[in-house]
Amino acid sequence: MPDGDNIHTILATDCGSTTTKAILIEKKDGEYRLITRGEAPTTVEAPAEDVTRGVINAVGEVEDLTGREFIKNDAICCPRAGDVGCDAYVGTSSAGGGLQMMVAGAAKKMTAESAERAALGAGAIVMDALAADDRRLPHERIERIRSKRPDMILLSGGTDGGTKTHPVAMAQIVAAAEARPRFGAGFKLPVIYAGNAEVQDEIKRILGEKAALYVTENIRPQLETENLGPARGKIHDLFLEHVMAQAPGYGKLMRWTTVPLMPTPAAVGLIMQLIAEQEGIQVVGVDIGGATTDVFSVLRSERDEPAGATVFNRTVSANLGMSYSIFNVVAEAGFENVMRWVPLELDERDIRNRIRNKMIRPTTIPQTLEELMIEQALCREALRLAFVQHKAMAVGLKGVQQQRTIADIFTQAATGRTLVDMLGLDMIVGSGGVLSHAPRRSQAALMMVDGFQPEGFTELAVDSIFMMPQLGVLSTVNKRAALDVFHKDCLIRLGWCIAPRGTGKEGRACMRVEVRTDSGVESHELVVGELKRVPLEPETSATVTATPAKGFDVGAGPRQTVSREVAGGVIGLVLDARGRPFAPPQEPAPRLHKLAEWNAALDAYPAV
Amino acid sequence: MGYAYTPGLIIAENTIVRKVRGLPLKGQVLVGIGQRVRAEEVVAEAKLPGDVRPVNVASELGIVPEELPGVLLKNEGDPVAKDEPFARTRGLFGLFKSECRAPIEGTIESVSAVTGQVIIRARPKLLRKLAYVAGTIVDVREGVSATVEAPATLVQGIFGLAGEAVGALELAVESPDAVLDADRISPEHAGKVIVGGSLVTADAIKAAVAHGVRGIVSGGLNDADVRATLGYELGVAITGEESLGVTVIITEGFGKIGMARATFELLRKHSGRLASVNGTTQIRAGVIRPEIIIPLDDVPQTQVRGDQGGGVLEVGTRLRAIREPYFGRLGRCVAVPAELETLATEARVRVLEVEFDDGERAILPRANVELIKA
Repeated sequence: MPDGDNIHTILATDCGSTTTKAILIEKKDGEYRLITRGEAPTTVEAPAEDVTRGVINAVGEVEDLTGREFIKNDAICCPRAGDVGCDAYVGTSSAGGGLQMMVAGAAKKMTAESAERAALGAGAIVMDALAADDRRLPHERIERIRSKRPDMILLSGGTDGGTKTHPVAMAQIVAAAEARPRFGAGFKLPVIYAGNAEVQDEIKRILGEKAALYVTENIRPQLETENLGPARGKIHDLFLEHVMAQAPGYGKLMRWTTVPLMPTPAAVGLIMQLIAEQEGIQVVGVDIGGATTDVFSVLRSERDEPAGATVFNRTVSANLGMSYSIFNVVAEAGFENVMRWVPLELDERDIRNRIRNKMIRPTTIPQTLEELMIEQALCREALRLAFVQHKAMAVGLKGVQQQRTIADIFTQAATGRTLVDMLGLDMIVGSGGVLSHAPRRSQAALMMVDGFQPEGFTELAVDSIFMMPQLGVLSTVNKRAALDVFHKDCLIRLGWCIAPRGTGKEGRACMRVEVRTDSGVESHELVVGELKRVPLEPETSATVTATPAKGFDVGAGPRQTVSREVAGGVIGLVLDARGRPFAPPQEPAPRLHKLAEWNAALDAYPAV
Repeated sequence: MGYAYTPGLIIAENTIVRKVRGLPLKGQVLVGIGQRVRAEEVVAEAKLPGDVRPVNVASELGIVPEELPGVLLKNEGDPVAKDEPFARTRGLFGLFKSECRAPIEGTIESVSAVTGQVIIRARPKLLRKLAYVAGTIVDVREGVSATVEAPATLVQGIFGLAGEAVGALELAVESPDAVLDADRISPEHAGKVIVGGSLVTADAIKAAVAHGVRGIVSGGLNDADVRATLGYELGVAITGEESLGVTVIITEGFGKIGMARATFELLRKHSGRLASVNGTTQIRAGVIRPEIIIPLDDVPQTQVRGDQGGGVLEVGTRLRAIREPYFGRLGRCVAVPAELETLATEARVRVLEVEFDDGERAILPRANVELIKA
C-alpha cells in the first residue's frame, strides 16, 4: 500500500446486519473528499451465504455511478492495477451477529463492571455479567453459562494482591459449566483471565484443560485504576480469529483488506473519540442499526472537573434495532410507548403485524408516510432505552476513596454516579439508516431530541449517509483522509437544541431566548409545552442568550441566564420548552394535537 | 435490469436433503453408513454432565480453606451418596465433630484449598438424538454425528415456533385463502401435520394441542395470536425451544396472507406422506428457517430440482409485494426505471412498476418486492 500522501483512491465498506455500504474517497486538490456511495443487501445468509457477494454488489454500484472499475476477477482490486482498483481498501463489519460474551468478576459494581466495560469497548455484546455478590446461587450461574452459549468469557476479579477466593470460585463455576461455544462439539470455549495476578497458576490448573485459556493483565490492578487495554486487545484478536473467521465469506474478505477488518462499533468509537479530542467537547453518539443500537460517549472522567481527563464508554443494546430487532423495541418499551409518538390513530393488531413483517423481511423500506411515522416512533424508543442503558454503564470508578475535606463528607456523592451530565453535554451525533436517511433532516433532529432529551445547549449532528464506521477504520490508515471527509462530507450539523431542565404546568412561562446575529436581534418567549424552530443557516453564527423562568435551569443553575456563541445548521435552533423529562400527553386527543403541533414547528412531515 | 432481494426461501419439489444429527458433546453414534433409519429412530446418544452442586465446606465446618484437604473423607473422583458424610473435622478431643453431608448423589468433582469449596457432580443424563428425517445414513463421525440423507420435497417457512416433530401430512382446508380456525381441527388430526391456508388462529393452535396434532403449516399468523399462544411477548426472532405441544410454521408472513398457491398445491400433492417439520427460526447471525421435509423414497431420482429465491428483476418477472400498502399482492414487473423516484415519504429510491393480478398498476420500491416462481 502506498503510504501517507501517496494514497489517492480509497474504498471502504461496512457490512451491516441488513445492508452493505461502500464509499469511494479520493484526494482532489490536496484534500480528501467523498466521491460516491453504493449499497446492497448484506449476503451473509442464503442463497449467497458469502459476505463478499454483498461487498461486490455494493462496490458494483460505485462502479456504475462513477464509470470506473474497482473489481477484478470477482475481487476488490487493491493495490491499483493501472486504472483499475484503489490504493487502500478498508472494511468494518457487524454482520454475523457480532461477538457475544459473558463476563465474571468478584464484585458486581467493581471488577465485574470493569470487565463489562472491557468487553463493550472491544466491540462485544455482553450477554450477562456474573459476580460473587450477584445473589445468584452457584448452580444458577452455571446454568446461565450453559444456556447462553457465549462465544467467550472474560474472567476477572481481585486487584493484584487482593482477593483470591472470588476469581478462583468464578473459575470453578466456568469449569463446572463445561460450556460449548456456538461452533459445535469440537471447539473449546475461549476464556480470558484478567484478574488477580497472584492466582494465575490456580486458574490455569482449573481451566487449562477445559477451556482455551488466555491470561492477560489485570483489568483492575488497583481499585483506583482500570487497565482495560490488554483485555480489550485480546478480545478483539479472539473475535477475529474465532467469530468473524467463521462467518461465511469473512476469510476471503479479510484477505482483501489493507488492514484487519474492524468490528463496526469499534470503528465508530474511534471516530467519536477523534471528534471529541479535536473539538475538546463532551459528546454522545449513537449508531442505530438493524440489529443493535450502539451508544458511545466521551465524557469527563470526573463530573466536577471542567478540564479533566476524558473517558470513552460504549454500550451495545444488543436487541434494539430497526429491522431484525425491531419487534424487541416493542417488547422492551411497550406498545403504548411506541405509539405515543405516532400522530395518527391506528389499529393495534394491524400495526403489530406490520412491525413483525419488517422483522422477518428486514430490507424493506417505508413507502407511505404512515409507515415512516411508525418506524420513526420505534426509533425514538430504541434511542431512549439504549441511552438509559448507556447512562447506567458510564459511571465513575466504584470502590475508590475520594480525597475530601470533612465538610465535603457530608455532601459527598458516592462514586458510581453516571458521568452523563445532560446539562454539560456539548454534542449528540446520530448515525444509522433511520437517522442518516430520514427524508427530512428535521425528522432526524426530532427523533434525537425526543429520544435523548438533551438539556441546556446541545449541538445536534448526523452522519450524512452513514459512513462513520468506514471513516473510523480509515483513520487507522490515514487519519487526515478520515478527518477531511468527516468534516466536509460526513457530518451534517443540524443546529442547536436549547432546552431547560425542569417541568411545569402547560402554558406557564418557561424561558426567554434572545438570538443576536449580524442581521439583528430576535426575542422569543416560550411557554411550557412549546417547541419552536428558529432558522440559523449553516456558515452563520449567533449569540444565543437563554433565560429560564422559575423552576428551570439551562446550564448555569436555576433561573440563571446562559449566553453562548453557536454555529448555524441545516435546521438552526430548536427551542424546546416541553420540559425535562417530558412525554407526549397520554390521552389520545391532546396527544395527537400536541404531536401535530411539534411536528409542524419543525416542519417534520409533508402536509397530508 | 436490477436486483431484488428475497429472503432466500427454498421451495424444492425434488431435492436431496441432508441433515447432520450432531451431539453437543462426545458420545456414541448408534448407526452405520448405509443403514436405513426411520424419522423417530435414535441415531446417537451422549451422557450430559449432571448438574453440579458446589458445597462451601470450609464455611460449613468453620475451618479455613487450607484445612480442607485434611478433613475430607473422599477424594476427587470418588462416588458419594445423598446425605453421605464426605468431610468431617476432628473436633475437640474427639468430641464436637462437625461433618458435611452430600446434598445430592454423585461424584466428588473438584476440591479447592483456595476457596474451601467441594464440587459434587450428579449422575449424567442421557441425551438421545433422533434421525428426524426418514432416510439413509451417509456419513458417520465417530462419537460426534451421523448424517441422514433423503430425496425429499423441502419447503422453508418464514417464521416458526417450537422444534422438531414428525407426522403424516394432511390438508385441513380446501384452499390457500381459507382460514384455519378451531372448528376445522378434529381428533382425526391426532399425530398429523396439518396444512392451513391464509391464517391459523390462536384457538386453532389450542385445539391442535388438545387433539395431539404434531404440526401446523399456514400462510399467516397474527402477532396477537403469537402472544396469546406463548403467553409472553416474543421480542427477538430466535425460536425453537417453546414447549407449545405443536410445531407451527408460517410460509408468507404476519397477518392473513394466502399461502402461495404453488406451495399449497405441493403440500396437497404429498398429502398422506410422512412430514418432518421444525419451527426453529433464527433470522440473523446464521439464519435458520423453519422447514417442512417430505421424504420421497419411492420417487425415482432422475434429477434434483429446486427453487431458491433471489434473481434478477426485469420486465415480466413475477413478484409479490412484501410491505404496506400492497402487502401480499401478486403481480408482474412491467417497468424498471433507472432514475430514482420520490415516494410519499419524500425518500428518493430505486423503484419498479408492477401490474397486480387484478390489473391495478403501482410504483413500488425495489426493496419492497420478492421474486416468486411463475
